[in-house]
Amino acid sequence: MEILVCVKRVPDTSENEIEVSKDGADIERDDLVYSVNEWDNYAVEEAIQIKDKIGGSVTVITVGDEEAEEVLRREMAMGADNGILLDDEAFEGSDGKGIATILKAAVEKGKYDLILTGAQADDGAAQVGGMLAAMLDMPYASLVNSVDVSDAKKLKVGREIEGGNQEMNEIELPCVLSIQTGINEPRYVGIRGIRKVASVEIPTYTASDLGLGADAVGAGAAKVKRLDYFVPELGEGAEMLEGSTEEKVAKLIELLKAKGGIK
Amino acid sequence: MAQFFAYISHGDGVADDAALEMITAAKKIDPSASVTAIVTGSGPDLDKVANELTASYPEVWKFNNDALAYPNAEVIRKALVNNLPADCILLTTHDTLGMDLAPGLSIKLDSAYVADVVDFEGLEGSDIKLVRQEFSGQVSTHVKCDAGNGAVLTLRPGVFPADESKSASGNVVDKDAGDVSTKRKYLEVVVAEVGDVDITKSEILVSVGRGIEDQDNLEIVHELAEAMGADVSCSRPIVDAKWLEKSRQVGTSGLTVKPKVYLAVGISGSFQHMGGIKGNPFVIAINKNPKAPIFQVADVGVTEDILEFIPELTEAINEAK
Ligand SMILES: Cc1cc2nc3c(=O)[nH]c(=O)nc-3n(CC(O)[C@H](O)[C@H](O)COP(=O)(O)OP(=O)(O)OC[C@H]3O[C@@H](n4cnc5c(N)ncnc54)[C@H](O)[C@@H]3O)c2cc1C
Ligand SMILES: Cc1cc2nc3c(=O)[nH]c(=O)nc-3n(C[C@H](O)[C@H](O)[C@H](O)COP(=O)(O)OP(=O)(O)OC[C@H]3O[C@@H](n4cnc5c(N)ncnc54)[C@H](O)[C@@H]3O)c2cc1C
Repeated sequence: MEILVCVKRVPDTSENEIEVSKDGADIERDDLVYSVNEWDNYAVEEAIQIKDKIGGSVTVITVGDEEAEEVLRREMAMGADNGILLDDEAFEGSDGKGIATILKAAVEKGKYDLILTGAQADDGAAQVGGMLAAMLDMPYASLVNSVDVSDAKKLKVGREIEGGNQEMNEIELPCVLSIQTGINEPRYVGIRGIRKVASVEIPTYTASDLGLGADAVGAGAAKVKRLDYFVPELGEGAEMLEGSTEEKVAKLIELLKAKGGIK
Repeated sequence: MAQFFAYISHGDGVADDAALEMITAAKKIDPSASVTAIVTGSGPDLDKVANELTASYPEVWKFNNDALAYPNAEVIRKALVNNLPADCILLTTHDTLGMDLAPGLSIKLDSAYVADVVDFEGLEGSDIKLVRQEFSGQVSTHVKCDAGNGAVLTLRPGVFPADESKSASGNVVDKDAGDVSTKRKYLEVVVAEVGDVDITKSEILVSVGRGIEDQDNLEIVHELAEAMGADVSCSRPIVDAKWLEKSRQVGTSGLTVKPKVYLAVGISGSFQHMGGIKGNPFVIAINKNPKAPIFQVADVGVTEDILEFIPELTEAINEAK
């Protein structure tokens, strides 16, 4: 099976405190640690496991700048065969639909049986997979937490729904699936693995390579525009315990006792 | 002004809570908005929901079709595309059905799409100004959405107050879904397994998140819980890593808990996690990041490294006994 996995380079929120820049135009990006979107690691792992079971190839693709190449290499070190970088100034300021439009054009340059995305990325929008499927007129299933490839024409997939229940579906190939965390255990990649793929050539496609005009992607085409970033004042917030660690411990125990938090 | 619609899901003949939240949301976009509700399904449950909604919506579109008996987003999307006017504003919920349905719907309607909206700040011409969050709630953004050619907007559940006025006395309109053939077939729902401890019944929970960093460190959480007489629950990443059973997960894709006291350690406070905490417990959060979103919703916060703080707390509780 020929599998394409869409991956995004994002600031790692478990490593960083996200700060809004002074003018509110962006977040402070200078000191951020970036990594591959958590959900996309699960998608790449799933693709590799499918390939190992029934053969085929895994290609990872991203819309980003030169620095996004590092996430492609990381996923190739996991076991993806090919990487494709989609990079052009014209892509800047794209909204979700713009990103999906760019990915669609790249999908049509290849021939894929299965396209995987993460369920969501740092914007928490969970939009690109479903948009891409609709543009390609392929069936779609989101939040997939199990994939059974025993049939060559259709997959049996589980979707994780409310309460952790699993909705089973049959979906015809080719199709697009968005992958939920927990579907597998993504393999570890060490420095050595990344070094091994350091010199593998990664083709870059620009807007014109993909036949995309400025009216289709980028800031000009975006119907959704981010105006600023801010940190909201939500209600009163928590009463923060102050003082030395010992004082905090003592205060906390007092509160726990008062509220029935210690049996 | 464009027509407003609200796609409303339902179960056991009762509309989802979001049904009344969507009215408030629509009015925040445009105070003069008149919203048409849409429900899909089959059988008596559907009739019941449609009738219930006439109290709140002047018009309720009812799609009764066997293919819609289970809410398969691929089928619902086709029914909606076959019926909705191109430049309408459609609201629905940012939940597992909304995520499945809405992004593709916006493409098929050629309209703008914004997911997981937490507030609206009105309308300027055809631009809707709204608020959403990024980086798991660490920052918010103002967003301008050009709805000139329509918009599909999904709302975060629980943030818009319910419109309880129920004075619409509307009517139900039967709609024909049209061709809804799809390439995805619903088979069945497999219900989540029950665990050794039923956290939905626990009075005190110590809930652990990714901040615990390593499986071996879970030991200190178990020790704290034992000292308090609490049960241990967790956020999703702990289950994804297979460190604890799924039956310990609190949140929209886990269990809904109703304890008296909820002590969250190393949890950032995503809405999917907090959505599983009901009954207004006393929430205490320990997190090393003073800006962690959980401090906005907790009653009491402590900015500390849990790996150091938890053992001290445990010791002090045991000593005090
Ligand atoms: C500086 C900057 C400015 C921006 N300005 C705007 C703006 O004005 N308006 C606006 O709407 N958005 C803006 N964005 C956000 C934006 O470009 C899209 O929302 C975004 O790339 C899609 O990501 P998402 O988090 O919404 O993806 P989701 O839909 O949540 O992600 C789901 C999956 O889609 C795939 N995917 C997502 N993005 C990519 C990608 N780039 N390459 C490959 N696969 C991908 C991945 O598989 C991912 O797991 C801006 C972003 C940046 C960094
Ligand atoms: C459809 C869907 C359903 C979901 N359902 C659920 C659900 O049911 N339940 C759920 O929990 N999540 C769910 N999620 C995931 C959710 O969006 C978040 O990703 C998740 O809740 C984050 O878990 P966390 O807070 O443990 O981790 P993070 O967000 O990574 O937060 C870790 C926190 O620990 C702090 N920390 C780190 N080290 C330390 C230390 N040494 N001492 C103190 N603090 C420290 C950090 O400052 C950070 O705030 C769902 C997501 C999707 C898309």
